[in-house]
Amino acid sequence: MFIIFLLIGISVTVAGCFLGAFLWAVRSGQYDDDYTPAVRMLFENEPGKAAANKPVKSEPAKA
Amino acid sequence: MEAALQTNIQTCYHCGDTCKEEPIVAHDKTFCCDGCKAVYELLEENNLCTYYNLDENPGISSKQPVVEARFAYLDDAGVEAQLINFRNDSICKLTFYIPQMHCSSCIWLLENLFKLNPGVAESTVNFLRKEVSLTYFHQKTTLREVVQLLARIGYEPAITLADTDGKKTTKQSRTIIYKLGVAGFAFGNVMLLAFPDYLAVTEGLQRTFGSFFGYLSILLSLPVFFYSARGFFTSAIEGIRQRMVNIDLPIATGLLALFCVSFYEIISGNGPGYLDSFTGLVFFMLIGKYFQQKTYDTLSFDRDYTSYFPVSIAVLKENGEEESVAVRNLKVGNRIRIRNQELIPADTLLLRGTAMIDYSFVSGESEPVEKVVGEVIYAGGRQVGESVELEVVKEVSQGYLTQLWNDSVFSKNEEQSVATYANVAGKWFIIVTLFVAAGSLFYWVPRDMDMAMKAFTSVLIIACPCALSLATPFVHGHTLRVFGKNKFYLKNTSVVETLAKIDTVVFDKTGTLTEPNAAEVTYTGKALLPEQEKAILSVLRHSTHPLSQRISQNLKGEAAEVQNFQEFAGKGLAGEVNGQMVRVGSASYLGVPTDKVKDALKTTVYVSLDGVVLGYYTFFNVYRDGLKDILSDLNDKKIAVLSGDNNHEEARLKELLGEGAELSFNQSPVQKLEYIQGLKEHHHQVLMVGDGLNDAGALKQSDAGIALTNSVTNFSPSCDAILDATAFGKLSKFLAFSKKTMKIILATFAVSLVYNVIGLSLAVQGLFSPIASAILMPISSLSVIIFATLSVKIAAKRAGL
Repeated sequence: MFIIFLLIGISVTVAGCFLGAFLWAVRSGQYDDDYTPAVRMLFENEPGKAAANKPVKSEPAKA
Repeated sequence: MEAALQTNIQTCYHCGDTCKEEPIVAHDKTFCCDGCKAVYELLEENNLCTYYNLDENPGISSKQPVVEARFAYLDDAGVEAQLINFRNDSICKLTFYIPQMHCSSCIWLLENLFKLNPGVAESTVNFLRKEVSLTYFHQKTTLREVVQLLARIGYEPAITLADTDGKKTTKQSRTIIYKLGVAGFAFGNVMLLAFPDYLAVTEGLQRTFGSFFGYLSILLSLPVFFYSARGFFTSAIEGIRQRMVNIDLPIATGLLALFCVSFYEIISGNGPGYLDSFTGLVFFMLIGKYFQQKTYDTLSFDRDYTSYFPVSIAVLKENGEEESVAVRNLKVGNRIRIRNQELIPADTLLLRGTAMIDYSFVSGESEPVEKVVGEVIYAGGRQVGESVELEVVKEVSQGYLTQLWNDSVFSKNEEQSVATYANVAGKWFIIVTLFVAAGSLFYWVPRDMDMAMKAFTSVLIIACPCALSLATPFVHGHTLRVFGKNKFYLKNTSVVETLAKIDTVVFDKTGTLTEPNAAEVTYTGKALLPEQEKAILSVLRHSTHPLSQRISQNLKGEAAEVQNFQEFAGKGLAGEVNGQMVRVGSASYLGVPTDKVKDALKTTVYVSLDGVVLGYYTFFNVYRDGLKDILSDLNDKKIAVLSGDNNHEEARLKELLGEGAELSFNQSPVQKLEYIQGLKEHHHQVLMVGDGLNDAGALKQSDAGIALTNSVTNFSPSCDAILDATAFGKLSKFLAFSKKTMKIILATFAVSLVYNVIGLSLAVQGLFSPIASAILMPISSLSVIIFATLSVKIAAKRAGL
């Protein structure tokens, strides 16, 4: 039955890690804006497109 | 003819406006003006045409050219230091508010600024807040260059006096999210540990591990008690200090009882305690708080004149040179230059030029007022047309409008409204709870001491009005969202309750009841032949004066060629059409004797052909659509109208509003404020609907102030709610709906009371167990949330919102 103590210890630790990750995410501002990132991820990475049309080298988009 | 037909269907590739005049064709695309074309070319050159692919015609019309000298003040190190958030050896970081942002193309372009100016390191958009956070290398570029670039592409940031005040807009508080996270974590884990207790078959298991599970639960609950639930305790203590009972007092009592009993039971080994219920309760109630807190923080409800005035102004030195001076440092006697579309920050005297002052932000009147040299111009007006020279006669803080803000109304703290439904309910709740607890104690003490303690604590635990406290935030929160969908934005959820109690509605006239950009034009005089009308129209088309444009909008037909066109500022126009001399203008310009001018209060424009005065045009206000319906829906309330205007519309207003309405004309901002104060002294619950700065005092003084605006991101005076002008017709529906939500709250209270009665009847008999608590508490919380959500949604559908 000792195994249950071990398992619960592990499960609480894992849950604690998730709590830590959540707090870190809030702290780093990920919950401040819940709209823009959803739009941003849909933008095409157009350096590839630009290279296909024109042989101009442009900086890769950092967005 | 053909070209004219074509222009009707052509829209600008950049901004999507219809091209009224001859469109500019370049790069196979049409543009409405040179400004739009220039922006397109700039983007094209830098390979940024994706901008046009993401959204259709995303651009912002650039018809008003940007005067870049205007940004000279940004070179000032002091101003720069006030705007910048962070600076080190190589980079500067700052955040701009850009109200023009409106679509995904905007986000894309603003985040690709580094392609237009290599000095920009990074730009990140927060679309909901309409903010862009910029990082730039201050060795490669300057603040001024960045702002100029933004202005050139149509996204001029709003930099106002408030930005340099040092009172930076507070960052969204994340505390509630932290608290919610901690409570959720503890709730899940404690529930897991408590699970064996729920199942009777695992009794043996529980005996072996009981104390270990119990101690672990206590450990997990401690942060919930001391951190997550802290707000309830502090609020309850605050309430006791002010000698009043709020909803948090019974909650705090319940939580305290719950935690202490569980702690005692676990330590003494008597039972498993109620920690799962405790953490669950805190978690659910925090969800309610979070829901209530999430409001429209992108809209500013607390703006004063500082968020409206520019940071600096061009002051003319004695040798005629211009110098940028911070508006705060303007002194009496300074000579300033105001260009087209710039705002006058202080009360001034006109020295040179013709001033056409647009007071729309102040009074809601969109028609510019003409001022001649020697007249005093009050702060808050916007110059339209040529640049003018002015002399400051009063410092900014002493101005006519800014005085309004020095009124005590604006410095008074917003006191928490005591008589909310929840607080009243909370008061009765704690009285009944204590009564029942004392009763059960009285009954059990002579019979069974253990049972007495159990019953007493159970009553305190079960009576925790968590469901009650959830009802208000959820009903109000959903109402807020329903209103938001209909373009009515409330400052916070408590406004819903205020709106429900309103018995008096006060309207501002100009710009609120009337449509600011439209006027009914009627012609009086000799009937005009179609040819004559065409001649008048042709002349009017050449003028940019707002009155000319209004008349020409009302005349139909094609314009003919005009020769010898002349415009006399402040007087009128002249021009020849097909050899006919057309003159349009004021009575004195056309030589109409003043005794023949019948109604001096109305705005009139006379016309003459070949020297013969034919008649005149009169302008009437156009009342907003749906005004009649609103007024008939509001017939159970007292209605009043305050107007800064003269009384020439009195008869029409009387007809619209009925005899019961009070009409006051020629009201100054302070008089409006005093009028509201007077109503409140007679214990009326006043709703003020206004739109301009001159209503700011009245809006603030009233119980609920609604600012009407044509674009919610535009300037609006400080208020409790912002109403988009297109939704004005629903105003009475909003009021009726907020009343209905109060009934929904009462119904929700009833639902939560059912659970409390069940729980209490178990508690007084001493039958209350952790299992009953673990089942009853989440069910009551969830059912209250679901009931509140559904009933608001159904009610909204029925009300047609």
